[in-house]
Amino acid sequence: MSAPAHASAHHAPSGFWRKYVFSLDHKVIGIQYYFLGLFSVFLGMSLSLLMRFHMVNPEAKVSWFAKLWPTAAAGGIMTPELYLSLMTMHGTIMVFFVLTTVPQSGFGNYFLPIQIGAEDMAFPVLNMMSFWTTFLALVVMVSAFFVQGGAPLAGWTAYPPLSGAGRITGPGEGMGQTLWIISIAIFCGASLMGAINFIATTVDLRCKGMKLMRMPLTCWTWLVTAILGLLGFAVLLAAGVLLILDRVAGSSFFLPSGLFISDQIIANHKGGSPLLWQHLFWFFGHPEVYIAILPGMGVTSHLLATFARKPIFGYKAMVYAVLAIGFLGFLVWGHHMFMSGMNPYSAMAFSVLTMCIGVPSAIKTFNWIGTLWGGKIHFTTAMMFALGFVSLFISGGLSGIFLGQPALDLYFHDTYFVVGHFHMIMGVAAIFGMFAGTFYWFPKMFGRMMNETLGKIHFYLTFLGVYGIFTPMHYVGIVGNPRRYSDFSNVEYLAGVIPVHQFMTYCAYVTVAAQIIFVVNLFWSIRKGPKAPVNPWNATSLEWTIPSPPPFDNFAGVHPVVYHGPYEYSVPGVERDFIMQTDAPNPVPAEG
Amino acid sequence: MLLAPVVWILTVVIAYFFAAKTWWFPLPINQHGIAYDEQFTRTLVVTGVIFILAQFALGWVIFRYRDDGGRASHSHGNNKLETLWTSATAVLFLGLVLMGTKIWAGVHFDEPPADAIPVEVLGKQFAWSFRYAGPDGKFGRTELKFINDAGGNPFGIDDKDPAGKDDIVSASLKIPAGKPIKLILHSRDVIHNFFVRELRMKQDIVPGMEIPLSFQADKIGVYEVPCSELCGLGHYQMRTTMQVMSPDDFEKWKQQQLANK
Repeated sequence: MSAPAHASAHHAPSGFWRKYVFSLDHKVIGIQYYFLGLFSVFLGMSLSLLMRFHMVNPEAKVSWFAKLWPTAAAGGIMTPELYLSLMTMHGTIMVFFVLTTVPQSGFGNYFLPIQIGAEDMAFPVLNMMSFWTTFLALVVMVSAFFVQGGAPLAGWTAYPPLSGAGRITGPGEGMGQTLWIISIAIFCGASLMGAINFIATTVDLRCKGMKLMRMPLTCWTWLVTAILGLLGFAVLLAAGVLLILDRVAGSSFFLPSGLFISDQIIANHKGGSPLLWQHLFWFFGHPEVYIAILPGMGVTSHLLATFARKPIFGYKAMVYAVLAIGFLGFLVWGHHMFMSGMNPYSAMAFSVLTMCIGVPSAIKTFNWIGTLWGGKIHFTTAMMFALGFVSLFISGGLSGIFLGQPALDLYFHDTYFVVGHFHMIMGVAAIFGMFAGTFYWFPKMFGRMMNETLGKIHFYLTFLGVYGIFTPMHYVGIVGNPRRYSDFSNVEYLAGVIPVHQFMTYCAYVTVAAQIIFVVNLFWSIRKGPKAPVNPWNATSLEWTIPSPPPFDNFAGVHPVVYHGPYEYSVPGVERDFIMQTDAPNPVPAEG
Repeated sequence: MLLAPVVWILTVVIAYFFAAKTWWFPLPINQHGIAYDEQFTRTLVVTGVIFILAQFALGWVIFRYRDDGGRASHSHGNNKLETLWTSATAVLFLGLVLMGTKIWAGVHFDEPPADAIPVEVLGKQFAWSFRYAGPDGKFGRTELKFINDAGGNPFGIDDKDPAGKDDIVSASLKIPAGKPIKLILHSRDVIHNFFVRELRMKQDIVPGMEIPLSFQADKIGVYEVPCSELCGLGHYQMRTTMQVMSPDDFEKWKQQQLANK
């Protein structure tokens, strides 16, 4: 089966810059995205750790806070504005530079072309530009910490007028907020380039025999995610440009007349609508949730079949469910705005559509369990994370049934119930998808195996840790705990939830510590892990037919031909318990 | 496999705290709140049953179908089952949302009775103000240039307008029990949110908009109003109270305010 190593028909570039930095190779770009995401996830996680510390120790004096933030943490005590800056940057970095980049741009870049039998992405130069534009966006975003006033405090949703009226609404709302919007606009550009590339690649570069309905579910989710990105980021880009204009050019897209901020009459703005921003933002923002989670669903489906040694239960239903989620994902943005003051009649439409999107999500869950049913499950670390994904997806999905009802949102809007819900489903479930992908594809990407013992310790600590952090958020949400509070001592009824917050903070410490095990495992394995065979998991898709790591042009000049669907496991009458997609139509049992 | 009992134990612990109501809502103080709690309970039961069944099923397949060296069964799915669970989920989820529509309609579609007491609510970074029309039943004209927070005029009431002379301005909300109230929500700077847990109600307050919110509170008491939409660095301390008084006490309070003017 395996192609001879280093027999590339196309020669890899030899110079350092072309090979590792401004590379056109989708595999290098995928790894670049992966490490950009890894840096970002640690940055975002550190910010959340500081937040969790501050929430339960609002009065604490920490000397190095004062060194890091001489004004915002003067004397070592974190100010509320610093807390909100950390919160804003945590959300922004996690959503854009982790959840959007790693599952799609990282793994998708590396494995989409290989899984469909292509030599590279359709537009390699665009691909490179997309990565470096993302990198630029990250640099601009992080620089917001270092300008006067610090990072913005308006949250990752940046609702105007708080985000639009300038410095007078708070520290961080000057240069920091402007840089934030510029970074987001740049990021939108990068994502648009990536989306076009993914779509073109999937449509045009599938190898012979790779019909759409033979694509691994990962490819389906990357395709649908790319379409969501194309339509969603275009709107966010427009919204971002309008918000910048409001801030620096005196326009009034989002700022109404009659503002009186910080003892000043704001006379130069008239006629704008704060709700317009929310509509535009969530028109992107809700599909963004699916941008984050769909690739994780794809990876989970792919892994459950592989490690249960069973065909995926209801492949077609899975594909249609992904398409339905993608389509409906554009019709439900208003459920973020039930309390916003928009026409209350529209809430009825948005809530019914929101419940509709629960149906394909439920189909996925049923089919995952159906896939496992009757299987022979191999508990690799990759599989553990895929199973963890299913558990978290169930938990995080069901709390959405509360929030999707405008009637119940009358209480839960902007409480910790919401924070728990979206962290569970969009945050940690998606991150479990990334861990699953990492453990599964690491052998192909780096040519070595990761350590399974460390992997399992990391899995259990993380699994228990995230449940420990995010489940209690639902409980305190029921008590009515508002989100985005830097300190709970001003509201009397919150006295009872402070011990719960303490528990969550301890769980956060454990979870963060567990991530060190992952990083050690990752870097140790890159250098010292045992050499990976071509197909360590006995999987069927095309990446497992080529050397680990693959040669520059993937298939060494050979054009693969596909004869089978992606999940032919344990086929009766076939000796080996899997049929590779490229195996001959009537496979003769053979050792590959 | 260890993961199966871990999933089961987590499921039991999580479900326990929902069932035991260890951390819970305060008691509702009106009919809407009672209806709200019923809808919440319905939703909790439906999602709770699905949650427990799904997590237990996940644990079960992990436990039952671990690799024992044998061969997995071969199946590409089952369209009948697929149709069954798709329709079951659709009916359950849509049924739930439709059952909740009356509650939403009660808050937002029904016009408040003509005798509802109007109260203007002003949100600003980072405090609340409430305005009552006074004996003439009319709110005085306001203008931005008359705003004087330190002088007790956060609304910017024009003191040349006779209708404004008797307006009562308060830093906390006082309302009579059992009477319909109509709040008119304003913000003068950024978005805030008016939230009273015991009313089971919240509403964003958006600059440039006048948003009505009607309700009735039946139980005398003092209830907290924490701002529930991020409004800046003082968001966490933007708090006031809603005091529900007997109608007599409310009248007395109003007279007192007028006497102090």
